[in-house]
Amino acid sequence: MTPSLRRIWGLVYRHLALFRRSPPRLIELMYWPVLQMVVWGFITAYLAGVQNNVASAAAGVLLGGVLLWEAALRSQMGFSISFLEEIWSRNLGHLFVSPLRPAELVAGLMALSLMRTLVAVLPAMALAWFLYAFNILALGPLLVLFFAALVMMGWAVALGVVSLILRFGAGAEALAWSILFGLTPFAAVFYPVSILPAWLQPVAYALPAAHVFEGMRAALLDGRAEWGHLAAAFALNAVWLALMAWLFRAQFRAARVRGALLNIGE
Amino acid sequence: MTPALDVQALCKRYAPDRPPAVDALSFTLAPGEVLGLLGGNGAGKTTTIAMLLGLLVPSSGRILALGHDMAGDRFRALERMNFSSPYIALPHRISVRENLRVYGHLYTVRGLESRIAELARSLELEDLLDRPAGELSAGQKTRVALAKSLINRPALLLLDEPTASLDPDTGDWVRTRLEEYRAQSGCAILLASHNMGEVERLCDRVLMLKGGQAVDQGTPAALLARYGRADMEQVFLDIARGTGIAEVVA
Repeated sequence: MTPSLRRIWGLVYRHLALFRRSPPRLIELMYWPVLQMVVWGFITAYLAGVQNNVASAAAGVLLGGVLLWEAALRSQMGFSISFLEEIWSRNLGHLFVSPLRPAELVAGLMALSLMRTLVAVLPAMALAWFLYAFNILALGPLLVLFFAALVMMGWAVALGVVSLILRFGAGAEALAWSILFGLTPFAAVFYPVSILPAWLQPVAYALPAAHVFEGMRAALLDGRAEWGHLAAAFALNAVWLALMAWLFRAQFRAARVRGALLNIGE
Repeated sequence: MTPALDVQALCKRYAPDRPPAVDALSFTLAPGEVLGLLGGNGAGKTTTIAMLLGLLVPSSGRILALGHDMAGDRFRALERMNFSSPYIALPHRISVRENLRVYGHLYTVRGLESRIAELARSLELEDLLDRPAGELSAGQKTRVALAKSLINRPALLLLDEPTASLDPDTGDWVRTRLEEYRAQSGCAILLASHNMGEVERLCDRVLMLKGGQAVDQGTPAALLARYGRADMEQVFLDIARGTGIAEVVA
């Protein structure tokens, strides 16, 4: 293992040890995605006029939206909350005076975010199949691409959140839970972008998620792979990740100048 | 020989309308030397240590740690440095062993499990290894923090009040372990402390800070002689209260 991977593993190991000693944390990870799936499943069942089988195309679009949007939400929260855990345990001081590079910190948080997302979303996917006969795996390899694009978007948003925490301290913590919910109306999770007013559509198309969900609808409703939307999603992710990485780097440097790392979280 | 620390004209001003927290501070720390950083509250010790660790960017000046410029090459230095402070706790929900593994990985320690076993033996942590760090007493936490700070066999150790809030017996035990580590490894130590007995016992040299500036320095014996005092506590009070050498002599 290279020194860099070893340091990243050190950060990941610390959080895995935390989960091993706190099983309720694992349950909490699964709780909301499963709850969302149950509620949306029954709503779609009600709208479809049936009770136990909602595997119609329209219902599938809604359930697919719920499951994939959870991937973005859990990815963003997994990254941000793992960073906040270091603040709450007052461990940031030790981390920042260790040889862990900022880029390695970010890589470790991304790895943790991916793990937390899988733990959160996989049970909800299984439940969708078990309760509502909705098998999102039917999307095939496209599912992996949709999932990857949304997880990356979660990372970009989380980098922005962490940058704001570095800038404003504990006062910005609430963003870790709320910020992506605020983007839901523009992400076209449950309806096509064309439903939005014309002036809002460019906003939606600036988000990778809108392209993912347009692609998901095309795949579920028409069996088509919208490669253009997928390419746009990944290109936008690259742009947003680069912008947020720049912001993080700038705020980290500014925090070192102001002395904010000495008392962050207080 | 490359100094463990070479600090030149270090300044830190948090805001243009405030006086500098550290002002034109210069000093060196030789390999194997123990330097005491003394000063009252607000004298600039914490700011200085934060800059030495790369946690804070100086307004001006230069820090070479183990030959590496902290402005552009700090991670190379940090790999061979470590730090301990009772004011920065280790994650308390995970066990002592897990904490040491985390920092062993962060410092890319080779033979980590045997290093942990070695530290557990020498710092009497064997019975504590599988207990959550948060359940330990203050003295036990200090020993664990010391183990963390020695995990990478540092060549430069920065200690911020390592025996604060410990009983005399535990404080003495910690000082003995530090003396042993220094003797074995030739590690340079920068020690910020308010315990003057500790300073007299451990430090080869003392740097006195006031208002962010170095106001005096020397060996404990030289300072005692210069201020005409019997112990370092009185020297500290003379400097902190602004009683200069002239007044003392008079």
